[in-house]
Amino acid sequence: MKPAPFEYTQALSWQDAVAHLSEHGDDAKVLAGGQTLVPAMNFRLARPSVLIDLNTIENADHITSANGELRIGALARHVQFETPPCEGPLGLLIPRISRHIAHAPIRMRGTFAGSLAHADPASEWCALSATLDATIIAEGPGGEREIDARDFFVSILTTALDAAEVIREIRLPVLEADWHCGFREFSRRAGDFALALAVACVRLHDGLIEEARIGIGGVCAVPFRSAEAEAALIGQPPTSELFKRAGEAAAETIDAMNDHHANASYRRDLVRALVPRALSDAALPASVP
Amino acid sequence: MSVIGARVKRLEDRELLLGEGRFAADYTFEDQLYMRVVRSPVAHGVLGEIEIDEALALEGVIAVWTGRDIAHLPPIDFRLTKIQDLPLCRQHVLVQDKVRYVGDPIAVVIADDPYVAEDGAELVFAHIEELPPILDATASPGEFVPGVSTEPAVVEKSYGDLDAAFAGAAHVFECEFEVGRHTGVALETRGANVLYNADSDRLEFFGAAKVPHFNRLAIAGMLGLEPEQIHLFEGHVGGGFGVRGELYPEDVLCCYAALELKRPVKWIEDRMENLMAANHSREQVYRLRAAVDETGYILAVDNEFFTSQGAYVRTHGATVSDLSAAMLPGPYMVPAYRAKGRVRLTNKTPCGTYRAPGRYESTFARERLVDVIAHRMGIDPVEMRRRNLIPPELMPYSRGIANHGTPLVYDSGDYAKLLDRLMDYIGYDDLRAELAARRAQGELVGLGLGYFVEKSGLGPYDDVRVEIAGDGRIEVITGVASIGQGVETVIAQICAETLGVDYQTIRVTHGQTDRIERGMGAFASRVTVMTGSATADAAGQLRTRLIETTSERLQLPSENLTIVDGWIRPIGETEGPSMSVGDAAAAYLDDHGGQVVSVEATFEATHMTYPYGIHLAIACVDRETAGIELERIVVAYDIGRSVNPTLVEGQIAGGMAQGIGGALYEEFLYTEDGQPICATFADYLWPTAQEVPDIESIVTEDAPSRTNPLGIKGAGECGINASGAAIASAVGQAIGDPGAITRLPISPLRLNEILNRSL
Amino acid sequence: MTTGSAKHEIRLNINGVDHDVIVDARRTLVDAVRDKCGMTGTHIGCEHGVCGACTILIDDEPVRSCLMFAVQAQGRKIRTVEGLAIDGEYSPLQQAFHDHHALQCGFCTPGMLMLSTWLVERGTPVDDEELREVVASNLCRCTGYQNILKAVRSVLDGDKP
Repeated sequence: MKPAPFEYTQALSWQDAVAHLSEHGDDAKVLAGGQTLVPAMNFRLARPSVLIDLNTIENADHITSANGELRIGALARHVQFETPPCEGPLGLLIPRISRHIAHAPIRMRGTFAGSLAHADPASEWCALSATLDATIIAEGPGGEREIDARDFFVSILTTALDAAEVIREIRLPVLEADWHCGFREFSRRAGDFALALAVACVRLHDGLIEEARIGIGGVCAVPFRSAEAEAALIGQPPTSELFKRAGEAAAETIDAMNDHHANASYRRDLVRALVPRALSDAALPASVP
Repeated sequence: MSVIGARVKRLEDRELLLGEGRFAADYTFEDQLYMRVVRSPVAHGVLGEIEIDEALALEGVIAVWTGRDIAHLPPIDFRLTKIQDLPLCRQHVLVQDKVRYVGDPIAVVIADDPYVAEDGAELVFAHIEELPPILDATASPGEFVPGVSTEPAVVEKSYGDLDAAFAGAAHVFECEFEVGRHTGVALETRGANVLYNADSDRLEFFGAAKVPHFNRLAIAGMLGLEPEQIHLFEGHVGGGFGVRGELYPEDVLCCYAALELKRPVKWIEDRMENLMAANHSREQVYRLRAAVDETGYILAVDNEFFTSQGAYVRTHGATVSDLSAAMLPGPYMVPAYRAKGRVRLTNKTPCGTYRAPGRYESTFARERLVDVIAHRMGIDPVEMRRRNLIPPELMPYSRGIANHGTPLVYDSGDYAKLLDRLMDYIGYDDLRAELAARRAQGELVGLGLGYFVEKSGLGPYDDVRVEIAGDGRIEVITGVASIGQGVETVIAQICAETLGVDYQTIRVTHGQTDRIERGMGAFASRVTVMTGSATADAAGQLRTRLIETTSERLQLPSENLTIVDGWIRPIGETEGPSMSVGDAAAAYLDDHGGQVVSVEATFEATHMTYPYGIHLAIACVDRETAGIELERIVVAYDIGRSVNPTLVEGQIAGGMAQGIGGALYEEFLYTEDGQPICATFADYLWPTAQEVPDIESIVTEDAPSRTNPLGIKGAGECGINASGAAIASAVGQAIGDPGAITRLPISPLRLNEILNRSL
Repeated sequence: MTTGSAKHEIRLNINGVDHDVIVDARRTLVDAVRDKCGMTGTHIGCEHGVCGACTILIDDEPVRSCLMFAVQAQGRKIRTVEGLAIDGEYSPLQQAFHDHHALQCGFCTPGMLMLSTWLVERGTPVDDEELREVVASNLCRCTGYQNILKAVRSVLDGDKP
């Protein structure tokens, strides 16, 4: 399984990368972590005639928080998220998610941005981005473009990026201290692609849930926020009964995918199980069992 | 101190730890060429024109051959169990008329670089007129070849009066069980590097494994060579498990290419090819009927089963079906039995043997049956087994049927005793109560077990030559092969014990067809028994010879001499006159001439020997996600006599890991068109360290073998045999429905459906 | 000139020794190490980044060398299994693997050794859960992992041989 022939070039800046992409269009691909692209090239499913190495762009792996935003550089690797990247609930949530991504050696190379660009339905970072309504900063021939997460994920393995665009940064809102977050996924083996996953972020005020963001991944073509689960939670005190209802609400209306690992019915069952568990993990105060 | 039975460290490790192994892909010769196989993209069809011009035009491509170019080569013949119409189902090295599975080799491209060979292979285009595939082994047979049924053989065995047993039975149970298609999948893919040595006019095949002597004769026959014109050399082998080392089309093609082009040709398959083209295994359906008396004693079993053989019948012939049929009764009396094993061709990858072939499957079916009977009759599953076990006083126990070409006689075994030991070890009564209490609290947790009889020490013979040089270096030349299991260490231990030397002074040679005339290879857990016994014999003779020589030189009576730590001296004395084994050898050579003192011995066996064991599993099920966690695994196993307990435990742990794979994760699935779905590691899932708990092993030596003087039984397949059965049993108890698990693997998808049904 | 036929002259620093090789862009790092530099200790098991047999250390971190191109490794510090022993003396991990029977066929062993070398050199505490998680990065078909875990644990704990 050797890749098809290609020309290799190193980008020294984002403009450089974009210029190469513009020149070659669909025939070119950018290389960051390579943990997804190179297997595809080895299978010859991906056959770029030009490979543009982004790893040579300097200062592209930052993870900084400023103005209530967590800004993630395109070359930030999964391993960098194994310690809290910021203060508060988001900082605690992120390391809990990153340890589910594949295995240690893959996390050393693979990138957050790469996960988003690839848009696998089961990607944890894609689900997190959808849950928090992230903003994706793309660089293209026309300059910089901001894309909302809900517009970014178009379909399976398909994003709103143009052929000559590349992700430069992702921005997540840093959640305030009154948010509580949890994450659960189910896969056949540790480190495998999730058959379903749930991100639960809930803000309490006076003992009631005032805001809720419930993200579901691995189940449909794109990750999404479950409006039904969120509606079931708003204005209610957090109890395990409530969490179960939220899970039911989330599962009921999903048009889930079928494959040989899990059919639609099973995926719905998993959502039904994982949403309440993610909510329980959020360690909300005064949760009545 | 005895070295047989000692946990000595392996002799094999050094090169492997230093990264100096010589696996097939590690050989590269001057003027190296690389072979890439072009494979059928469809499951069933008539092969028409193959366009090769574009491939030939590619720079670096030296040759492209199709079926027409090698039409004169015969199909690959059987090594075992060649029965009935099987010869009509053999595979040519390149398709001649019809493609029969996705992966069927239709052409080869030879190039000066492996990347270019793959580029070339992509440019080969075959016109194929597609035909509907046959995928279900239990459906009515069809035809791949006019006039030849896709049921080319039926294996039948029986004993006892089946009809009377069913007529007189208090209860009759009918069950159907299924094991999913999966296989050994070694970490090293298959490969070979073959060169033509012009000086000696012979082909040299590097990367051989398992049965090099047989393959040598087979290849020579196919290519019209004298046996002396081809030799096979085994380097290091990255796991075999029954799958690697059989004669495959690619091996023959590599030899053919080297002969034609007079340049070394290297073929290393990639993982996708491995998952599509190396032997698959295990896919069987069992339809069992059992006649049972009031006490739960099984009076008879009627066993009709279907083996999905794949598109062709390869070197194993009907071996898997034969073993399934013979071994289904296992450790139980079952006074009447009938087996009808239908070999069914399907448009899938051809199948062969995989560790405990026919036993992983039949043990699963039999133990599930026993659990179902126990549950329906309200008998404790352990008690149920006790009531049916063959008692020790009936050993040796003959079933009156043939097994793998030998009469099936369990040579020794105290099955009840092993069960007692296991129950004692785990504290069964307390454990059962504890698990019941957990279930009462709402946990889905269960204990399951599977009792099995293994078979090992397949003959008919093995030759060994033990040599000692004048400087004391000892070599044991064997006709077996190494697949990483520790052959060199174990044989050295046996030789050392008999000869009275340090095992580390002994080098064991295997897998080299130019060092010993004939050899049976490594499979069927035969090496320790067969080669071990021959080694003990030869070493014993060599010991006598050295003592006699010393006796003459030192003027001391032979009967007073012994060999300890490489020194021949009077028994019981640590000082005084003595000779090193090296000096004794040198003295012998002075008298008789020659370079080494050499003794040959052959060990023959007409019967196999039968170790036995029990797998016990505790499994937890997550009701909402249908996830399964294995909380505990215990293996009890009687090995007759253990040469190296550490290596035995290693075999148990490794086999169990594979068994967990087959029970929970591994399966080759196909679309309706016969396209393989699980052709990469993203979909064919092996257990990682997270999925395999630490295995607790209890290895006993209560029932030494009666087939060889050392009392040895094998250990290669005991870790895997009943793992599927035990895990299924545990999951069934966990979900409160012991009969619910009838199919492996227990994927979460399937378990979820079962859980939803039972709500 | 056809696409992808450009040759790159690169210098690979492996176990402290420079190897000057000429590769096309698509030559994977594992193929370059094995075939161009003649170091066949690193093995290929799947070529899609799942099995870990090809694990080497790049700047002291574990990397799947089947998922990198040789041209990317220029100027990096590459370490393979051949560099673990010093003057033929085993590293503590190699000794532990031997002592604990942590290898059978030996095919996964170089990858396991490099992966666990990283873990040991990292120097931070590793509990059993994390150890199992890390070892689960790589596939082994022969040992059932038990003895590999024991071997690595013994080195992490500084057990005397």
